[in-house]
Amino acid sequence: MVALDGNAIGGLLFEVFGTDMTAAQTICATCGAAAVVAETVVYLRAPGTVVRCRTCGSVLMIIAQIRGMSCVDLGGMTALDTGQGG
Amino acid sequence: MATAAVRGRLTWQTATVTSVIRETDAVRTIELEVRDWDGHQAGQHLDVRLTAEDGYTAERSYSIATADDEPVAITVERLDDGEVSPYLTEELRAGDQLELRGPIGGWFVWDTSDGGPLLLVAGGSGVVPLRAILRHRQRAGSDVPARLLYSSRTLADVIYHSELDQYRDGVEVSYALTRSQPPGWTGYSGRVDAALLAKVAWPASRRPLAFVCGPTSFVEAVAGNLVALGYPAGRVKTERFGGT
Repeated sequence: MVALDGNAIGGLLFEVFGTDMTAAQTICATCGAAAVVAETVVYLRAPGTVVRCRTCGSVLMIIAQIRGMSCVDLGGMTALDTGQGG
Repeated sequence: MATAAVRGRLTWQTATVTSVIRETDAVRTIELEVRDWDGHQAGQHLDVRLTAEDGYTAERSYSIATADDEPVAITVERLDDGEVSPYLTEELRAGDQLELRGPIGGWFVWDTSDGGPLLLVAGGSGVVPLRAILRHRQRAGSDVPARLLYSSRTLADVIYHSELDQYRDGVEVSYALTRSQPPGWTGYSGRVDAALLAKVAWPASRRPLAFVCGPTSFVEAVAGNLVALGYPAGRVKTERFGGT
């Protein structure tokens, strides 16, 4: 499966978070690398959507959607910052 | 659940196809009338959803091909084994309806205030959001210098060819044809590698802003080479597409 990047899940993340997340900053819980969501490594339909750190390859985020519900695992990151405060 | 559902303003809506324009054998631009659209930024995309009679749905993301003050359009390349693109490029007609949501994306976007000089590097249909950036630059009256390096298999596969050839006044367009070149070809031949980028790209000392869009392997190679040329990684914005 070809890896894409976080731009490809802009719509999905908007659906989950209610705002654009492609420019949000992530910090990888494994290696500490900071990156914007747009630059992460994304596998669609893995099944589910898997987002990995471009620096170390660890899983940052998993999103699975079933029967209209989104299950989101953010355990692989220590921060997800839209810079919008609040 | 109820609060989560109303937070986002990104909702699926039905758009009407106003025209389908043939760009190349495999590529069509689909112009759309979208009722609930607050404008978009150059570089953003939208999601298209097709629903089969049995309820099966398929979603794909397509870059918006037009500037923010123009009607919404997407440019789609037919992938022969694709689920969605054959329908969009071969079956869709003016007057048909299409389900979409957008605009989407806040990173791979450019506005005149972001400045430049701009280096735009496209692989195949990765030219679509970069075309939107060039159109926005033009229509906004920006004098930010821009270079587009466009990698394509053959000259016949070049999308927006006549439009891109018309650019003057601070926009330089060059093509690299990877598979075959017509007789007398004076553009570049072969893949976009480190040597070609060293020749075409703005020197890093000018603090250029790069946008690279194409298939994953193309983007990774180009972005890596630009960083090797001294471009700060944060000034190289990338968007990868692939597959289906």
